[in-house]
Amino acid sequence: MSQFLVKVFIRLRPSVLDPAGEAIKSAANKLGVDGINSLRIGKLIETELEASHENEVKEKIELLCDRLFANNVIEDYEYQFEKK
Amino acid sequence: MTSYTVGIVVFPGSNCDRDVSWALEGCLDIKTKFIWHESSDLSGIDSVVLPGGFSYGDYLRCGAVARFSSLINALHDFVRTGRKVIGICNGFQILTEAGFLPGALTNNKNLNFICKDVELKVHSQKGGWFKSFIDKNITLPIAHGEGRYYCDDYTYKELLDNDLIALKYIDNPNGSTHEIAGILNKEGNVLGLMPHPERACDKNIGGIDGEYILKNLIK
Repeated sequence: MSQFLVKVFIRLRPSVLDPAGEAIKSAANKLGVDGINSLRIGKLIETELEASHENEVKEKIELLCDRLFANNVIEDYEYQFEKK
Repeated sequence: MTSYTVGIVVFPGSNCDRDVSWALEGCLDIKTKFIWHESSDLSGIDSVVLPGGFSYGDYLRCGAVARFSSLINALHDFVRTGRKVIGICNGFQILTEAGFLPGALTNNKNLNFICKDVELKVHSQKGGWFKSFIDKNITLPIAHGEGRYYCDDYTYKELLDNDLIALKYIDNPNGSTHEIAGILNKEGNVLGLMPHPERACDKNIGGIDGEYILKNLIK
């Protein structure tokens, strides 16, 4: 078994309004930073997990994402991983 | 109705469980039993309430962790028997996360935690939850920061075609898709809603429209 470092990025789907992102965008403008056309907030989950090969890592992550980490009604996810 | 028992599920972070018990026992004379979320024993329970609150601290997403409890696993079989389940506020969020009801609940459009009475239109008579309110508007309190119902166009059409939209806000306070405040499953025995009927069971605290809904748990 090998150890893998995994990063999962979860984002609201583009069709779902992100009021928190809008609020931060407004604050960013008040900070005086021009040119911010869009700002949306997501989540980053970092985990270390054991697997015997890369396909097993993918299977585990996709199960976690589909069933727990993300709500696929409103969120999309992507992930990256590397061997520790 | 002494032979009838309503189970009230208690998660770590539930905070409306005792309100529901007060409404059912004190106002409607319906026997209740608190059920800890780690139990899967629903024997002797005739209907179930998933109360409001902040189960598991709302970590990750509201209701996302609660759906993995033993009790929610057992609830799938319970629902298949046709017995009634109502999910109020966080209970509604759990019902969507666990797949009992379609769609999702996310943060309010204006980012405010909204705590006020709202007027609602009753849209469906399916399941017999609202039979006191045919063609009437009702008033119930809401108290949530993440009560904006969201579904895609396909799901909305499914809800419409099957008469599953239970309640709509008159003045959409949180930006919900098509003003939806509560929905039903296809069989009509599962109701999820963001407003709190248990807080509208006494004229002295603002109204009794909630009492008329909760009493239908036993019919």
